[in-house]
Amino acid sequence: MENLQLIIPELFISIMIMFLLIFGVFKKNSSQLVYNLTTVSLVAALALIINLDSQIQSSLFNNSYNIDNLARFMKILLILSGIFVMLSSSKYIQISKISKIEYPILILCSILGMMVMISSNDLIVFYMGLELQSLALYVLASFNRDNLLSTESGLKYFVLSALSSGLLLYGCSLIYGFSETTNFNQIMVNTKEIEYGLTFGIVFILVGLAFKISAVPFHMWAPDVYQGSPTSVTVFFALLPKIAALTVFIRFLYIPFYELGDQWQMIIIFLSIASMVFGAVAAIGQKNLKRLIAYSSISHMGYALAGLSTGTTQGVQSSITYITIYLVMNLAFFSCLFMLKRNDEYYENIDDLSGLSKNHPLLSLSLLIVLFSLAGIPPLAGFFAKFYIFVAVINEKMYFLAIVGLLATVIAAFYYLRIIKIIYFDPEKEKFESKHNLGLKFTLVASTFFILAYFIYPSGIVDIISQININ
Amino acid sequence: MNFPILSSLILLPTIGALFIFFVRSSNSQYQSSKYVALFITLANFFLSLYLWIVFDKSIVDFQFVEEREWISGFVNYKVGVDGISILFILLTTFISPICVITVNATIKNRLKDFLIAILILETFMIGVFCSLDLVVFYLFFEAGLIPMFLIIGIWGGERRVYSAFKFFLYTLLGSVLMLVAIISIYWITGTTDVIKLYELGIDAKYQNLLWLAFFSSFAVKTPMWPVHTWLPDAHVEAPTAGSVLLAAILLKMAGYGFIRFSLGLFPDASLYFVPLVYTLSLIAIIYTSLVALMQEDMKKLIAYSSVAHMGFVTLGIFTMTQQGIEGSIFQMISHGLVSAALFLCVGVVYDRLHTRLINRYGGLVSIMPKYAIVFMVFTLGALGLPGTSGFIGEFLVLIGAFKKNILVATIASLGVILGAAYMLWLYKRIIFGKLINEDVKKMVDLKRFEIVTLWLLVLPIIFFGFYPEPLINSIEVSVANMIDMNDLDKINKLALGE
Repeated sequence: MENLQLIIPELFISIMIMFLLIFGVFKKNSSQLVYNLTTVSLVAALALIINLDSQIQSSLFNNSYNIDNLARFMKILLILSGIFVMLSSSKYIQISKISKIEYPILILCSILGMMVMISSNDLIVFYMGLELQSLALYVLASFNRDNLLSTESGLKYFVLSALSSGLLLYGCSLIYGFSETTNFNQIMVNTKEIEYGLTFGIVFILVGLAFKISAVPFHMWAPDVYQGSPTSVTVFFALLPKIAALTVFIRFLYIPFYELGDQWQMIIIFLSIASMVFGAVAAIGQKNLKRLIAYSSISHMGYALAGLSTGTTQGVQSSITYITIYLVMNLAFFSCLFMLKRNDEYYENIDDLSGLSKNHPLLSLSLLIVLFSLAGIPPLAGFFAKFYIFVAVINEKMYFLAIVGLLATVIAAFYYLRIIKIIYFDPEKEKFESKHNLGLKFTLVASTFFILAYFIYPSGIVDIISQININ
Repeated sequence: MNFPILSSLILLPTIGALFIFFVRSSNSQYQSSKYVALFITLANFFLSLYLWIVFDKSIVDFQFVEEREWISGFVNYKVGVDGISILFILLTTFISPICVITVNATIKNRLKDFLIAILILETFMIGVFCSLDLVVFYLFFEAGLIPMFLIIGIWGGERRVYSAFKFFLYTLLGSVLMLVAIISIYWITGTTDVIKLYELGIDAKYQNLLWLAFFSSFAVKTPMWPVHTWLPDAHVEAPTAGSVLLAAILLKMAGYGFIRFSLGLFPDASLYFVPLVYTLSLIAIIYTSLVALMQEDMKKLIAYSSVAHMGFVTLGIFTMTQQGIEGSIFQMISHGLVSAALFLCVGVVYDRLHTRLINRYGGLVSIMPKYAIVFMVFTLGALGLPGTSGFIGEFLVLIGAFKKNILVATIASLGVILGAAYMLWLYKRIIFGKLINEDVKKMVDLKRFEIVTLWLLVLPIIFFGFYPEPLINSIEVSVANMIDMNDLDKINKLALGE
């Protein structure tokens, strides 16, 4: 019973999923109501998580499910992002005619899967969570089934993701074979010596995880899926799975295989450098904003991995800080994207932004702040995110990684500047609608304010994150 | 002194910007936002003037130091001034209101946004000159890019996009290495507090690489040859106020950085790299002077002359002598005033004829006599005629250089002659000669606000030319202390084998 008390948030979400499914089927035309109820139940889940005694650090269910500071922080982050995604995209799904009862329920399923991933301390539990979130995401990606691009992106994501899941499962089986256990802590005890099979297992799992956070060279799906999916799903893709996958990355590298650091460190460094550089270079030629942000998020994941590659607690904390700030920036960016609407049609090409600043000064100003922050220019939050990463990286004397990372920042600055140029320097086009629903406006204002004002009190988040301790 | 006077200096322009931003105004109220900006910048000027008066010039320590915890356990927000930085703050607060006045004629659209950009930029510039922590310094140093990028890009000329990008990416590329160096310093010494670092010193074995990292940033910003190419582009395309700020203050950040950080933190490395800096400075002085001779665009000519003048600055700093460093600082202040004035002068005729090509003008003396007078003062100031502030700076730098290396000093002196050549030739082609062009004949002489701004700049140029004492007084102790503290004299003598 005690165990169950600690997973009340997860239980609550599971119950809500079943309830909403039944409710939605029996009540006609209830899609909007189900959507709102989903948002409310996310808020309730958030309250339940915050309400849990923060002193408790325990492992449940035969040591396979962790409730610790890391899990708690990441879940709060996850559900907060979920709430904001729901708030900002409600209008979009109505207009895009994808407002069906299944949509919010799938989102809940996927969030439940991610919560399981975040807490997992066992290969089987971890895989279960992963599949739950992935299956929901396959459907979500192709949710706009009349749209060719959306169907394509769903199928593409399914095929590639299934392949990576297969690799991951194979890696799990190898590790089980060589360590005789699936429990993370137990694996650490049982694997004092390096064996080839074990190394292969690590590599397979890392490949699977790298796929989930779209690190180069396992990024191929990201641009197509980002572009093809409905924007409301793209924003979901850009934010939530990253949180879950990064947490698993942290747990996996720092609990069972911490001792084998020299086995995985080079892989992470490679993934990190490749993602930073490729993401920055490939984004330059893009014309579609969603595609561009896909490459940009590839590049950002590279920085988050750079923090992980250090093998220190400080590195992990810097990665968590990075992902937190990344979430806010992307949320703000997508909120802006949701505002580019004219006559019930959404615009997502870079050229559509031309001269935006003349007609929509406030929206352009937010975009300006968000883009400069994504580029990592001080004093905006994006700079601090990178700053913490480099502090951790340089502490480990990994100068090469730091310098490559910073040079990639300069390349990336180019395409962010290009968007700013189009917004501010180019001739104006037709006006967009200026009426938006409250949730969207609130999301944009809150996230932009966070980015802008972060420098006033940077210690706040750092202090919270510094309580997260692995090992 | 409990009142946080430096933080007020930094914050006041931002508060003004926020005020302008939030007060919604229709077109007719555009004027009012201009007066708000003028009021704020003037208030800031008087505040900094007060700071200068209260400032005790005989003490070597940093004064008005404020320290607050910022990123917990890591970086503290720390500001303070010594005799050197206070002059740059004064320069900044003096030039800013002048920029605000000039928007009258030059900025036709989005005046409000322009004023906000200038005010935010002023915040960052003042922040650079008084920050006493490397991270805080970096923050202000880089943040200045954003408003300047927008100023060039939105209100600039035809090739503004190219110039804005070039400006932004060049400077960013230069600066990222400095960030690596700053973080490395933190891990080597355990602090980024400049005062503590002065006391601790940095191990000589790290100094060379760190020096180079800082150098890459400052060299781009100065700009030194061969990374100066962004400057002519940026100057030519920027609106007048942007050019003025760029030439008068943004370039000085690098010179200030050389003194405060390169010399202050890495004395051994500075000495080691003296030949490099000498060479680049001399090339800058001679080569860009020659390039300036060939320019047909007024703003480009002045931009290249800026590079040459900054060559004197870097040369003077790295002579590491009392006179050389004092001369460099003096030269920076003087160049800040003179180049600002020259860009304003270009702006005056550009507003009337909408061209910057030198050969479209000629014979202005007969139709714009008032303009001819002030332009002459600035020309003479730029070429360093005795009696103008330009002379003192170059003279002191050359004294310092002669002390160290006669060959270098001799070559640098040639630069003075070249400087006279291109400036006088520019003056001759614009002001004298025959009035040929019909549209030139229709040009009107200076308007009232132009007279005010230009004479405001004439006064200090001549005053400090005859009586440099107030400036020298202010920096003397700090410079001497910097030389003592780092044993620059001793290191110098060792290097010379005495």
